[in-house]
Amino acid sequence: MAEGVKPRVKVPKKAAAGDTITIKTLISHKMESGQRKGKDGNLVPRSIINRFTAEFNGTPVIDVTMEPAISTNPYVEFEAVVPEEGEFKFTWYDDDGSVYDTAKKIAIG
Amino acid sequence: MNFKAMTALAGALALSAGLANADADEDTLTINGEIEIVTRTAAPDHVDGLSEVISGWHFRADETQALEMDDFDNPGMLGVEAAMEVWETAEGSEGKACADCHESVEETMKGVRAVYPKYNEAAGEVQTLEMVINDCRTERMGAEAWNYTGADITNMVALISSVSRGMPVNVAIDGPAAEMWEQGKELYYTRTGQLELSCANCHEDNYGNMIRADHLSQGQINGFPTYRLKNAKLNSVHARFKGCVRDTRAETYAPGSPEFVALELYVASRGNGLSVEGPSVRN
Repeated sequence: MAEGVKPRVKVPKKAAAGDTITIKTLISHKMESGQRKGKDGNLVPRSIINRFTAEFNGTPVIDVTMEPAISTNPYVEFEAVVPEEGEFKFTWYDDDGSVYDTAKKIAIG
Repeated sequence: MNFKAMTALAGALALSAGLANADADEDTLTINGEIEIVTRTAAPDHVDGLSEVISGWHFRADETQALEMDDFDNPGMLGVEAAMEVWETAEGSEGKACADCHESVEETMKGVRAVYPKYNEAAGEVQTLEMVINDCRTERMGAEAWNYTGADITNMVALISSVSRGMPVNVAIDGPAAEMWEQGKELYYTRTGQLELSCANCHEDNYGNMIRADHLSQGQINGFPTYRLKNAKLNSVHARFKGCVRDTRAETYAPGSPEFVALELYVASRGNGLSVEGPSVRN
């Protein structure tokens, strides 16, 4: 597991049914591209978050393939329609096999 | 001859168009919709060369400005969060954490950033926040001093700054700090390097103008530590000074050296009246 990885998300606490809401997500990660050379002249091995997904009550909302050119602490902002109350689940997949996830509930009202 | 005159004229036109676009903008800065930041105000009396002091925030693009208006969007807050964990973690031979003496950072550190660098009676010298933090670590915690411009200390300074945001910078320049302030002023107006540039040549005489692709600000440090998009990390005041002096093609002073402490005191005092803004976001 890479060091200092911590997912953060910002989802409104409630929305009206059918509303489009803005979701902000950020995961602290060094996103080592695999193209840089270290002090010893050797390539620093690639270590990035390669996939990010969000689900709402089990339904996929977004599925992103991420590439090495994405910079440190990838920030993803997107919109989603909320048809009912429920839970957003966010998952990040690391190159080293680690999976980080977090969830946020949203109420209707 | 005619042709030369034509190109000179075209050059002048292009330049003035560039200048018009490069002035500080008129936006206002409110963080998280609640902390109002003073980003423009009348210059303090001890600053002869400026009539108004302007935060560097005004010289950046709208997109960069927006990053600072919400803590979630501000990447500098990642450093603040990291420092918050360190604040509560015991370290060193005394087994103490910052929180053991200073308790809640929101209460005990509120207003601290605004008055530093500051003369310290016991130490008999002007100290920056970095020096105070390292003194605390070596004297009271029995821990090792941090590298003056390293990530650990810059994050900690960012944490301490973040709780003072919105408060006016109010650095004392009289009394025992006066001598060092004069020294800092001297440095500010002294030309250095192969390019023979002083701080004032860019940041007092030419703020708002473009220096090739770079937009010159007043070089105010009320927003430090600053998260720079170009290197994706928090940057400390002395690291920035070093970069600036290097760009004049001079040998730079070392971060933490008495020269840079004096310069920090002087430059901070030029921003007296602006709000503490750190951790800010710049490009």
